[in-house]
Amino acid sequence: MNKLPLTALSRRRFVQGLAAGGVLTALPGLGFARSPQGSSRLGSPQVLSGREIDLVVAETPVNFTGVTRMATTINGSIPAPTLRLREGDEVTIRVTNRLSVDTSIHWHGIILPYQMDGVPGLSFKGIAPGETFTYQFKLQQSGTYWYHSHSGFQEMSGMYGALIIEPRNGERIKADREHIVQLSDWTDDDPMRAFSKLKIQSDIYNFNQPTFFDFTHDVSKMGFQAALEKRQMWNEMRMSPTDLNDLSAATLTFLMNGTTPAGNWNGIFKRGERIRLRFINAASNSYYDVRIPGLKLSVVQADGQDVKPISVDEFRFGPGETYDVVVEPEADAYTIFAQSMDRSGYARGTLSVQPGATAAVPAVDPVEWLTMGDMMGDMSHGSMDRGAMGDGGMDHSGMDHSQHGAMPMDHSKHDKQHDVRNPLAIPSKTVNHASTEYGPSVDMRVDMPRTNLDDPGIGLRNNGRRVLTFTDLKSVDGVLDDHRPPTREIELHLTGNMERYSWSFDGLEFGKSTPVSLRHGERVRIILQNDTMMTHPMHLHGMWSDLETDQGELLVRRHTITVQPAQRISFLTTPHDLGRWAWHCHLLFHMDAGMFREVVVS
Amino acid sequence: MRNRFMNRNSFKRALGIMVVATPLHTPDLWAQMDHGAGNHQAMQMQGGSAPDDARDPHAYSDGYSLTESPYTQPGLRQLKLADEYAFWAIIADRFEYHEGTDSGVFDLQGWYGTTYNRVVVKTEGEISDERLEESQTDLLWSRALDAYFDTQLGIRLDQYEEGRNRQWLAIGVQGLAPYWFELDVTAYLGESGRTALAIEAEYELLLTQKLILQPRAELNLYGKDDPDNGLGSGLSDLTIGLRLRYEFNRQFAPYVGVHWSDTYGDTADYRRTGGLDISDTQFVVGLRFWF
Repeated sequence: MNKLPLTALSRRRFVQGLAAGGVLTALPGLGFARSPQGSSRLGSPQVLSGREIDLVVAETPVNFTGVTRMATTINGSIPAPTLRLREGDEVTIRVTNRLSVDTSIHWHGIILPYQMDGVPGLSFKGIAPGETFTYQFKLQQSGTYWYHSHSGFQEMSGMYGALIIEPRNGERIKADREHIVQLSDWTDDDPMRAFSKLKIQSDIYNFNQPTFFDFTHDVSKMGFQAALEKRQMWNEMRMSPTDLNDLSAATLTFLMNGTTPAGNWNGIFKRGERIRLRFINAASNSYYDVRIPGLKLSVVQADGQDVKPISVDEFRFGPGETYDVVVEPEADAYTIFAQSMDRSGYARGTLSVQPGATAAVPAVDPVEWLTMGDMMGDMSHGSMDRGAMGDGGMDHSGMDHSQHGAMPMDHSKHDKQHDVRNPLAIPSKTVNHASTEYGPSVDMRVDMPRTNLDDPGIGLRNNGRRVLTFTDLKSVDGVLDDHRPPTREIELHLTGNMERYSWSFDGLEFGKSTPVSLRHGERVRIILQNDTMMTHPMHLHGMWSDLETDQGELLVRRHTITVQPAQRISFLTTPHDLGRWAWHCHLLFHMDAGMFREVVVS
Repeated sequence: MRNRFMNRNSFKRALGIMVVATPLHTPDLWAQMDHGAGNHQAMQMQGGSAPDDARDPHAYSDGYSLTESPYTQPGLRQLKLADEYAFWAIIADRFEYHEGTDSGVFDLQGWYGTTYNRVVVKTEGEISDERLEESQTDLLWSRALDAYFDTQLGIRLDQYEEGRNRQWLAIGVQGLAPYWFELDVTAYLGESGRTALAIEAEYELLLTQKLILQPRAELNLYGKDDPDNGLGSGLSDLTIGLRLRYEFNRQFAPYVGVHWSDTYGDTADYRRTGGLDISDTQFVVGLRFWF
């Protein structure tokens, strides 16, 4: 924030946003006025369909918080137009750049030739000012996806839209109506300036830090010794237990379909309808925890791939991920509530029978400290002395396998360890840190990572709600396409240094890294181990990530996989398309800081 | 006034035990996560050096690089991310008025560079009667040593309105020690065998998210008497400050505080001879800001 203190009033407006905030349209002689009266245009970008589409990237003034800023938009709206395409079609999308800098569009999760993938410097040279680039590719899949700029921080300043591909053979998911719910975040700050502030002071946006009075409170509650012990590890390691999001509501306004919380995006339904909600996390830097109080969410699709329906109360998703849910409302109005992972704020909208109706908006949940499990991984083996770490520090609820009714991992039942035919039947558990993880770029390494997939993550454990976890997700098809066991394993660690605000794979930021080379058509296992205390949505371009359990059982096909702190996950992939592909954390600032690898398929 | 504490790239703070005697540079200190009696599970989560069998981070590249692989095109602009950009900052840790001496003190620092290599300028001085009474400026190349510490190498220029200007070679380390102590230790080598050592430590205690109490301590040692500038060999002076600031935002925080300094040995003698107090307590008001 370059501004002096906000008053209480303007602070509220900043967080809640303007009710009618959004894109401003030019009126002759009047400068800028808010786009078409009322909220009719808000949150309802135009829908483009067919085989030929024209998109224009330009700067557009917007006002979400009371101040006018320039956004980068596609066809003048935030979100960008919804593209509604058809599986099997060969589409031609012409993108014209009316900015003064290069731009690009990446089709997130779409399988296509690498030259069409839209990553400047890898797949093509970008779209220069004034130039029109023609994307042409055949749609080989269906489902809910999205598209966004892959240049600089343009995605953060408005360049994202929904990409819906209708299945050629009809929808498997039956619904009477559907709404796209696209979550994003907006900052009035110049994104590069926000990034450079994090380089100067990496906790600048964290207003949930441990304080002296938190300490005295703990002393009175648990005693001096226990209060000290609760903090000991964090203080010894110079790590913050509340470092959940790098950016918070201190600079972000959380948006649902381009609409501020005060603007209250409204989706209409008729009584008795089954409604499909296509949730897309198009945020630059925000994990969202989504629920609709009063409604069960039947999750039917993840990252565009159908899954066996699973009924939950809530799900967490990071930038790049999508979930489709089906709801069957009985009352007249429900709040769609998406609180940011750090609990600094929320995006919100309303599903209602009558336009303009509202329902109760829940309070954000209390801030929880990361646990020892988030820092150190699997505390259940080894000889860690649990008792010595204090109550708060040893909140081990995340390891409660029975909490969600999910099957506890029965290791004896599925253990393929002794499968002599294929030593790669189950992912290796031996931690191999890279030699480059011992330098200034890495502030911690995990030696005993957790491999269970039934942990909803910090802030969602034992919250009384049924929260989606990876073990709930079973692809209906997709992961069954390729039965071959992997022929080799690639292990990479997600690393970072929060103090220096640097993020990397294996301690090597992108500029110091070399590509990961995959062979065309091979079946390969990729192990990602998170040696940081942050949660990273890892997006691999150009090929699917088939997530498996630590016993080697395939679960679900994804394009973006969330890896929790101190977690070690593995997935199989089969690269079918040659070329250069990007692989990165989809937290935009982590990507730009260097948590980015090139993948070469040859 | 020789407080020159620079906040590196962070003002991270959390509640810790107020142990002043924190080891300076401890890459391996927290290697052992043995928190309980009888627990000898060795885990090295931070620092250390790579074992011989550590994984080769380039093992999956098949010899390809970012500029040479089967699909790189000649002349194609290589993707560059922020890890290859330079950033800069100007940080005014102290910009304050000393009530007792009716003087102004500044303590600024700027840096320019990448994550691991930076040019750092630290400057501090005292202004009274509209004159720059004395100042010290360090011009340093700062290079990352480990996750939390930088080595710094360069020169220091001392300017005295009354006295003799000095030039020094400077070598030091600066960074964040366990329990969130910001440390800056610099050794100096000057003309005709002069040596000096400056040690500074700072802590930030969050009373609330915006109200922050900052204790800081600094001590200076010299190898030789410097009568021109009133500095004696051995421990010359110790300064302890306590400042309470309110962060209207993280970049703008007015503060009030108290600043106590004491001199020792020959430095104290020089001051006595000159009719000056050997110790001093000042109430200060100031502004801390960065951009």
